[in-house]
Amino acid sequence: MAMIRPLSEALTGTTVEVPAGQPILEVKDLALRFGGTTAVGGVSFDVKPGELFSIIGPNGAGKTSIFNCISGVYRPQEGSIDFLGDSLLGVRPDAVAGRGIARMFQNIELFDNLTVLDNLMLGRHQHLDYGSFAGMLYVGKAKRIELENRRIVEDVIDFLEIEMFRKFPVGMLPYGVKKRVELGRALCMEPKLLLLDEPVAGMNVEETEDMARFILDIRQELGLAMIMVEHDMGLVMDLADRIMVLDFGKRISIGDPESVQNDPAVIKAYLGEGDEGEADGEDLGARTEALATEEVSS
Amino acid sequence: MTEQNTKTITPKANRATLRGRPELYTEYARDQALLNTASKKLWTGVLVAFTLLLPFLLGRDLVGLLTLVFIYAIGGIGLNLVTGYAGQVSLGHAFFVGLGAYTSMFFGGAPSMTLRGLELDMLIWLPMAGIVPMLVGLLVAPLAARVRGLYLAILTLGLVFVGEHLFREARTITGGPQVGRRGAIPEVLGFNFYENQEILGFALRREQIFYFFCFALLVVMGVLARNLARSRMGRAFAAVRDRDIAAEVMGVPLLRTKVIAFGVSSFYAGIAGGLLPVAVGAINPERFNLLFSVEFLAIILIGGVATISGSIIGAAFIVLLPRLVQVTAPYLPLIGEVVSVEIAQRMLFGALIVVFLVLEPRGIYGMWLRMRNYWKAWPFSY
Ligand SMILES: Nc1ncnc2c1ncn2[C@@H]1O[C@H](COP(=O)(O)OP(=O)(O)O)[C@@H](O)[C@H]1O
Ligand SMILES: [Mg+2]
Repeated sequence: MAMIRPLSEALTGTTVEVPAGQPILEVKDLALRFGGTTAVGGVSFDVKPGELFSIIGPNGAGKTSIFNCISGVYRPQEGSIDFLGDSLLGVRPDAVAGRGIARMFQNIELFDNLTVLDNLMLGRHQHLDYGSFAGMLYVGKAKRIELENRRIVEDVIDFLEIEMFRKFPVGMLPYGVKKRVELGRALCMEPKLLLLDEPVAGMNVEETEDMARFILDIRQELGLAMIMVEHDMGLVMDLADRIMVLDFGKRISIGDPESVQNDPAVIKAYLGEGDEGEADGEDLGARTEALATEEVSS
Repeated sequence: MTEQNTKTITPKANRATLRGRPELYTEYARDQALLNTASKKLWTGVLVAFTLLLPFLLGRDLVGLLTLVFIYAIGGIGLNLVTGYAGQVSLGHAFFVGLGAYTSMFFGGAPSMTLRGLELDMLIWLPMAGIVPMLVGLLVAPLAARVRGLYLAILTLGLVFVGEHLFREARTITGGPQVGRRGAIPEVLGFNFYENQEILGFALRREQIFYFFCFALLVVMGVLARNLARSRMGRAFAAVRDRDIAAEVMGVPLLRTKVIAFGVSSFYAGIAGGLLPVAVGAINPERFNLLFSVEFLAIILIGGVATISGSIIGAAFIVLLPRLVQVTAPYLPLIGEVVSVEIAQRMLFGALIVVFLVLEPRGIYGMWLRMRNYWKAWPFSY
């Protein structure tokens, strides 16, 4: 009897096998420059299986750029990125997805004209193992695979409590629901590593709590490794196993929440050396945000 | 909406539940079906029955005109796949239609002193008319997939000019400018679809037989396209159209997806090209020009971007509109006196494209959707 399945039964491909003590993702001396500006200037870190690794830092610090390097959208000039022992350098974004890395974007990147269902089914693109011609006939194998995957998508819909929006075009949904759909789309990819770029930015307290609950549930049910970029310090301190702090493309601190919180370098960067420095940082942040948005959505 | 009830409800009870609440589904399969409501089934049935009846009610030339609608619709669906669904604006559709036409003539046409033709069966020449343009489409696509927007429009525009030149020069296949050539012979295993025939005691005129043939082909190709659109590749088309970088990050390979869109689109164009000369008798190479491409763009703009039924509606509009202007001209002021009928047709054509682009980007299909939603929500519609 088919009841609502827990995520762990619907998404069985998220488990990873790495030798004990080995990281799932290893980034070494990563450097990315745009002309004169250095977005990422030699950053190293690793993510262990099942770990929730958080990256924080002011706007323009290079957090999104690191994600873009991992997903293959940008090609770093220096350094290495190894995922499950294989290099990701020069691997195209769709192939990175195929290796098991899914992503939620800072500025929602959903397919506005498509329904919630179709957006989630797009997350399953690489799991739909039938050709275009079989799709045209839509009988036998293609139909069976579509239905099997529709069930998985429905399980994710149930998990995220977005049943009532199933058939709505995503473009007309409220912001908080869109963020959930984007998380759902990434989940449907059945990833081994999930990248979350400011998952609660612009949300009210209630929506933030919902999102935190989903992230915790995903951890608990799937044991999925995640990298979370976030400005909400409360959320980061509560959820993260380890935190890396970036400033102007440099790693200024890394460690567990407590040690990072008490790191003098972090305190200095966050409180700034007088008003002048802070204002400068924000200005730069706003500028780069605009740039990044333009690049990704053009 | 889960499957939990399906096994306890008998099929009969299931249907009864459905009748009361037409949008309650107890199985995903039922929800995913193309005709997933009773009213969709009913109206599709009525429409098909009416279309099958029409050739017995209308005169020869109108039956021929409607056949042309079906052929244009097949070509329109092709353009809608690449431009409407996958978002790759193509001005080169006329080239692929032309390529299909001349492929059909080469394989299926009768040879003469000046013309080459293999006189093969339609079972061979019609698929070839689709496959050859598809292969050429697949060859050109990797280039086209690297550029976008205006550059893509210009690249595909170039295709039409190259094609026009080639078609004019390849006289032994196309007949050359101003001369043209008759269409291939639509004969399958001795049965000619463009000859008066007696079927089951009914004497059918050739226009009627070819009408049924083209209609059947349109239904089949329409359903295939609709299935493509709602399955894996169709969703990838839409993803690439709406946000290409996000699509890639979701695992959709950009180049491959665009190449497939061009390939399938060119196949549809080629099939339309193979049938077109048969329906109109003979065709000149000049026909496959930029204006012809624009006609196909108008079909999808007016009918509805990214809808299969819209492509058919648009084809009906574009093919029947000139006739409508012609018939009504004597009763309209100005037309015939100040502007000729032909100019009036062109002006109306241009005006419609502009009006739809600005006011109703989703075309007639979109208008219909809005009307339906209006009545569904009545009296609380606004
Ligand atoms: N596409 C781009 N072109 C030019 N510069 C960019 C681009 N993307 C990011 N940058 C630069 O990289 C730096 C880091 O940006 P980003 O990674 O978006 O920061 P964060 O996500 O930490 O706010 C900024 O200084 C910005 O100017
Ligand atoms: Mg960012």
